[in-house]
Amino acid sequence: MVNLLAVPPGAGILPRSAGGVALTEVVVDIALSVMPFAGQHDAVAAALRDQIGVGLPLANRWVGRGEARVQWFGHGTWLVTGAVALEGLAAVTDQSDAWGVVRVAGAGVEDVLARLVPMDLRLARFDVGAAARTMLGHMSVAVARVDTQAFDVMVMRSMAATLVHDLDGAMRGVAARGSNF
Amino acid sequence: MRLRDPANTVSFTFDGQRLGGVAGEPVAAALLANGIKLVARSFKYHRPRGIMSAGSEEQNALVTIGRGAQTEPNVRATTLEVSDGLEVFSQNAWPSLKHDLMAVNDLISPFLGAGFYYKTFMWPRAFWEKVYEPIIRRAAGLGGLSGLRNEDRYEKAFAFCDVLVIGAGPAGVMAALTAGRAGADVILADEDTAMGGRLLREVEQIDGRPAVDWVADALGELQAMENVRLMTRTTVTGAYDQGTFGALERVAGPRAPDKPLECFWRIVAQRSILCAGALERPIAFPNNDRPGIMMASAVRAYVNRWGVAPGKSVTVFANNDDAHRTARDLVAAGVKVAAVIDSREEVAIAGDYPIFVGGQVTATKGRYALETITVSHAGGVREIRTDCLAMSGGWNPTVHLTCHMNGRPAWREDIASFVPTPDSIPGMVTAGACNGSFSTAACLAEGAAVAVQVARGLGRQAEAAVPVADDSAYVITPLWAVPGKGRKWIDFQNDVHVKDIKLAAQENFRSVEHMKRYTTQGMAPDQGKSSNVVALAVLADATGRGIPQTGTTTFRPPYVPVSIAAMGAGSQGKGFAPERLTTSHQVSVARGAPMIEAGLWYRPSYFPLPGETTWRQSCDREVGFVRNAVGVCDVSTLGKIDIQGPDAAALLDFVYANMFSTLRVGRVRYGLMLREDGHVLDDGTTARLAEGHFVMTTTTAAAGLVMRHLAFVLQALRPDLDARVMSVTEQWAQFAVAGPRARELLNSILDQEIGNDTWPFMACGAVSVAGVQGRLFRVSFSGEHAYEIAVPARRGESLFRMLVTQAEMLGGGPYGMEALNVLRIEKGFITHAEIHGRTTAFDIGMDRMVSLKKDCIGQAASRRPGLRDDSRAQLVGLRPLDAAEALTAGAHLFAKDAKAVRVNDLGYVTSVCYSPTLQTYLGMAFLRGGPARLGEVIRVVDHLRGIDAVAEVCDPVFLDPEGGRARG
Repeated sequence: MVNLLAVPPGAGILPRSAGGVALTEVVVDIALSVMPFAGQHDAVAAALRDQIGVGLPLANRWVGRGEARVQWFGHGTWLVTGAVALEGLAAVTDQSDAWGVVRVAGAGVEDVLARLVPMDLRLARFDVGAAARTMLGHMSVAVARVDTQAFDVMVMRSMAATLVHDLDGAMRGVAARGSNF
Repeated sequence: MRLRDPANTVSFTFDGQRLGGVAGEPVAAALLANGIKLVARSFKYHRPRGIMSAGSEEQNALVTIGRGAQTEPNVRATTLEVSDGLEVFSQNAWPSLKHDLMAVNDLISPFLGAGFYYKTFMWPRAFWEKVYEPIIRRAAGLGGLSGLRNEDRYEKAFAFCDVLVIGAGPAGVMAALTAGRAGADVILADEDTAMGGRLLREVEQIDGRPAVDWVADALGELQAMENVRLMTRTTVTGAYDQGTFGALERVAGPRAPDKPLECFWRIVAQRSILCAGALERPIAFPNNDRPGIMMASAVRAYVNRWGVAPGKSVTVFANNDDAHRTARDLVAAGVKVAAVIDSREEVAIAGDYPIFVGGQVTATKGRYALETITVSHAGGVREIRTDCLAMSGGWNPTVHLTCHMNGRPAWREDIASFVPTPDSIPGMVTAGACNGSFSTAACLAEGAAVAVQVARGLGRQAEAAVPVADDSAYVITPLWAVPGKGRKWIDFQNDVHVKDIKLAAQENFRSVEHMKRYTTQGMAPDQGKSSNVVALAVLADATGRGIPQTGTTTFRPPYVPVSIAAMGAGSQGKGFAPERLTTSHQVSVARGAPMIEAGLWYRPSYFPLPGETTWRQSCDREVGFVRNAVGVCDVSTLGKIDIQGPDAAALLDFVYANMFSTLRVGRVRYGLMLREDGHVLDDGTTARLAEGHFVMTTTTAAAGLVMRHLAFVLQALRPDLDARVMSVTEQWAQFAVAGPRARELLNSILDQEIGNDTWPFMACGAVSVAGVQGRLFRVSFSGEHAYEIAVPARRGESLFRMLVTQAEMLGGGPYGMEALNVLRIEKGFITHAEIHGRTTAFDIGMDRMVSLKKDCIGQAASRRPGLRDDSRAQLVGLRPLDAAEALTAGAHLFAKDAKAVRVNDLGYVTSVCYSPTLQTYLGMAFLRGGPARLGEVIRVVDHLRGIDAVAEVCDPVFLDPEGGRARG
């Protein structure tokens, strides 16, 4: 019996860089969407704290400990990277293969994202720990700031190539401007 | 003529002539330095024109730059920067700028006044579009496009701030300094290459030192502030809702690969301060358009900022004090002033040059450059030799942005100008010349004062520290038009003169908006920036009303022309729309499959084999795989929605027309979803994986729509239901395995064998494939014994390869969208070609699926009498009498003997195919009273494609109506 090979969404198109900004793939091992059932928000938060050390962050925030991360993901929805069991407390759905995650990092990263994302992503307004569902070009994405000069951008797996195409164009445009800002 | 020797020069060309210039100065300055006065031909009459202004308001000096695909027309020579090797061309002239044959228009101009075309070329009617308009359009015009694909790069970007300061003249710089010192997040945007505005062009003192030194210090301080962003070459073009502004940046520096030429910004600001300054307005005197006649302030700009004298012997003609600076600065620069003419009677002017008080310019001469002017004054008439006339009819505050959200400016009699109406744009305040406060001292004071107010409004402590500056009063007596022989131009860019406006009034186009459309005044690329107020003053005079009663036309964005390329930046080629690629994409492409777009997904049409020359050959073969062996098809693009919770079944009962709460765990059911209005929304299968856990499938095109629908139901209609929905379309790679040998194939890859008893038709559950947990659904969209197998997407490509290899060993292979379509038409299965938004469950023969045992969305509306009427067009099959005769989707149906005209229309064809299984063309159609007409022969006419066929009406299920094959 042959094996079914695993191909990550960024295979063949990442990494790449231009100017001071680099795109790399964040390979997702396990990701679960968690939607607490009616009245179970606090119970879910407690169970998560118990199992992975962090609970449910507020809207537009993410929290993490070690490899585990919980990111606000929309109306009553969080994305948990890490294995958890929440039987009866929340609708838990496997999303491990549904998203392409690209880390956009380096000096000038805010200028690159300002070409594509219609949100104020400056550090003072969107600090480390901030997360959002927004647009990147024509695509619906989730953006999280993971460091002062690094963001994780999540896009539906099927659109990973377009995400890289768009980021690549913005990166090269910013690099070609040099100091012309 | 240059007044001082530049340190470094570069060379550029104008109509092929090599010229020297200083890098970064406006091309207009370089042309004047080279003694070139004739720069353009006018829009309609091809009048020789020169340079009029020194800014983005330029009406005459429009040029074309670049060649081939990089050609850019209608660039203002006054804002275009000189760079080494730049190629500049004049436009709207043939064969040359000096000898322009279309100048014949100017000779017959008495016949070409406003409204001439509409009155003259009325008959015959068809001639307007075919003959007259093309000729007129060729004769009149500005620059032309290359017609080639634009390869240049443009950019779009977003920026955010607390305070956007628009314009960096004295008021803007002072406002930015004050708000910046208060700690606010400031963007200061200015369209010039350098900040300072008027202070860079005038000889003035601030705090006892040259104003330019004060500007340099202020900019140094601003640059050092981390909370301030300076954006030069950036014109704020429009004010929009929620504090959003559009702005066009001309990116500095030479062209380079990947480097954008322009960037279209969207700037979101909590507050904005408009310091847009003012534009000097011309006076409408006879033949006031000759090359060499300029705005008085522009003459100062060229002399003071760029060190270029626009003429050897300059005359000044004005109705206000401000323009007298021009004579003063010219004398200081050593340029001869031929005369100063002031139209006001009571005015004291001192100067070492001829002065005409109460004088007016009544005539000018010089075809390609100004030679003489005629002055009428109390002492008589005098002709003066002069090669440059600096005119000033006063100043128009740049109120445009305050009008972009329907604001109307207010008239101020003392300055004979319109000023902004406060609070026209939420969050915006105005300061300086755009507010009607013209002196430098007033600009600085207002800039500081409004910035303090804005900063305090943002919760910050702010103080105004205003330097001492010139505070001379602005004294003006209006002068709009001067009588005399010859045309008195008002809108130079669209060739509209005083007589045109009077004619409009005479023909009863008396409203300012009607006058605009009748004469085209204000409709050129400059949108009437400089001509508006003069035009409505002349209209007010002609109609006997005052200026405030006449009112202005509407100022709309953009403030300066914005190229479509900048607004649509990033949307060329692959930027137009995202591409959604399946996990099997590369394998399909490698097999030569042409991809077609469905929604945003790319799916294979068919998989050609060597020797196959048409798509039909491949499609027929692939249909055969499924009917006779086994075919494999990627169906991952169908929407998949995970539904969990105690009330998951109740949710499904509410959104589906048929019942789902009765579905057993481990089984799949076909479902039909209605809209609230009773028409069909979507269809698909839903599997019950556990008591409170379902997976719904939707059609590819409606996946997003259904997801949104479910979210709306849960949030708005049934918040009482404890159920959660989540898209899993992207999580699973799913493949159809269809055909009599489907189970044989699956058993070659599944870790545990399946049989008809363990996996009967419409069974579902978890399976293991090469150790990977997957899902298996026994469903069929082809009518064959078929399954859909799903694995996590990262293993999709590998599973597809494996399935295809196994299928080929069993005499089958992959099949694409064309074969999939044929297979479903042979079985009469519907797609969105049939449930296209105007059909009901009744129309598609599924009325009985609408369960009356429960309520559901659309149930009540679907019961309305008109929606279940037997005479409605209902789904039928069509089979041509001649099996080889093609049917076409979109064709209409008529009774056999009826004429194929609209009133006889009986319905339309939605889907067609050639069925290799039945060896005939087949069609699906909606036919009035369809089910009662089975066996009838009807006419199928496609007027667009010239097809006229006859076909028999039959049941839409052409193959295996008992469904035995799927259950086998």
